[in-house]
Amino acid sequence: MNAALSRTALHALHVELGAKMVPFAGYEMPLQFPAGILKEHLHTRSKASLFDVSHMGQVRLDGAGAAAALEALVPGDIRALAPGRMRYTMLTTDDGGILDDIMVTNWEDGLGIVLNAARKDADCAHLDASIGPGTALERHEDRALLALQGPAASAVLARFAPEAAEMRFLEARSMSLGGTAAIVSRAGYTGEDGFEIALADDAAEGLARALLAEDEVAPAGLGARDTLRLEAGLCLYGHDIDETTTPVEADLAWTVSKRRRAEGGFPGAARILEQLTAGPGRRRVGIRPEGRAPAREGTEVLDLDGRPIGSVTSGGFGPSVDGPIAMGYVGAAFAESGTGIILKVRGREVPAHVQDLPFVPHRYYRPTS
Amino acid sequence: MADTRYTDEHEWIRMEGDTATVGISKYAQEQLGDVVYVELPEVGTQVAPGGQMAVVESVKAASEVYAPVAGEVAEVNGALVERPEMINQDAEGGAWFVKLKGVDAKAVAGLMDADAYRAYVEGLD
Repeated sequence: MNAALSRTALHALHVELGAKMVPFAGYEMPLQFPAGILKEHLHTRSKASLFDVSHMGQVRLDGAGAAAALEALVPGDIRALAPGRMRYTMLTTDDGGILDDIMVTNWEDGLGIVLNAARKDADCAHLDASIGPGTALERHEDRALLALQGPAASAVLARFAPEAAEMRFLEARSMSLGGTAAIVSRAGYTGEDGFEIALADDAAEGLARALLAEDEVAPAGLGARDTLRLEAGLCLYGHDIDETTTPVEADLAWTVSKRRRAEGGFPGAARILEQLTAGPGRRRVGIRPEGRAPAREGTEVLDLDGRPIGSVTSGGFGPSVDGPIAMGYVGAAFAESGTGIILKVRGREVPAHVQDLPFVPHRYYRPTS
Repeated sequence: MADTRYTDEHEWIRMEGDTATVGISKYAQEQLGDVVYVELPEVGTQVAPGGQMAVVESVKAASEVYAPVAGEVAEVNGALVERPEMINQDAEGGAWFVKLKGVDAKAVAGLMDADAYRAYVEGLD
């Protein structure tokens, strides 16, 4: 493996567990463990899996004006974010494109932000250049991030800290997990209930081993993470969203609150607000090919008369769906669920239809009372 | 058991009488991971050495399967289409892809034998 690749604090553990390591966003990461992607995926949906997502960027914005400073860069409502709550939003370009999609947590004394691994240097440069003198950007370079995902995640984590089970989806707390100081968020990238656990690099392997020692928990790699998020209809930066796609085209308009729509004041507001009113010319949709052949990223999408209307941005096999699934952009006239389309797979025309996302229902923990 | 030969694209081929059975190697299936889809040629298709003969897709990616030698597709393993996971279980046995007729035995004999292929694969890791 390339010596220039970075390693996470769990590298030795991955190798010990027999992971197949691959380069990803400048890191040497586990693609899969000996169980393989299919079993890791299905285990996550039925019990719980532990993922190492330490390659992702963890930063903090400090200062009384942090929320206002970030709102100048994202269309999300950060000022309305309650303490201990987190929210999905995106850094946008002046044209309304997406520089990165991020998770923001309000810690009262500042904001915690999780960034995509491949984007973290560019994001930090962008933040540094824009936030102004009253706000400070701090990068947590010595912090690991674990994701415990699946229906058993809550019961497992409660053995380390009973209060974890009380947390709601998109709630974040600092707590001790059996003596290990951690920042726990009820969030993830699989569509399942679960947690992301930020902690010091030197404590990560101990906690990972303790979690893996629980009966319900097995390790899972980036391969299963990708099939899980695709079934959950979640975007992968650089594939489903990038600087050429707006949040409205990407079907992420729900992340732009009423106040932000009314006030604007974020990069690309003119284009994004215009698209919110008039509708975008194209839209990200779920795509269900007929038959068994997967349609991969880049597959051309045609209407039933054979005219090009878009392309696949993520595609493959959904282990829980037990068939091929994809996401991509189509002309707005074709975005309604059930619309018949054609996929050009290796020169052959494969019938398919647009399908509402997610392919597998989300099972986030959202108690009503 | 007939002598099995291998290509550097990880297909195997085995002559039995004047018919050659072709599949992908155990190493190839390990590299692919869980196989979820297979596309086989039509019976009667003429294949050229190194030409695309089939497609195999794992959860991760699609890969082409090439013809090790020239020949005509005499039979395809339809069971693979129904149960692609057979390739992960029995790549060099029951999970054969096609049988070719009109194959030049000398062309097959010119491919890597099991020892040469093992050395080739070790050099890749």
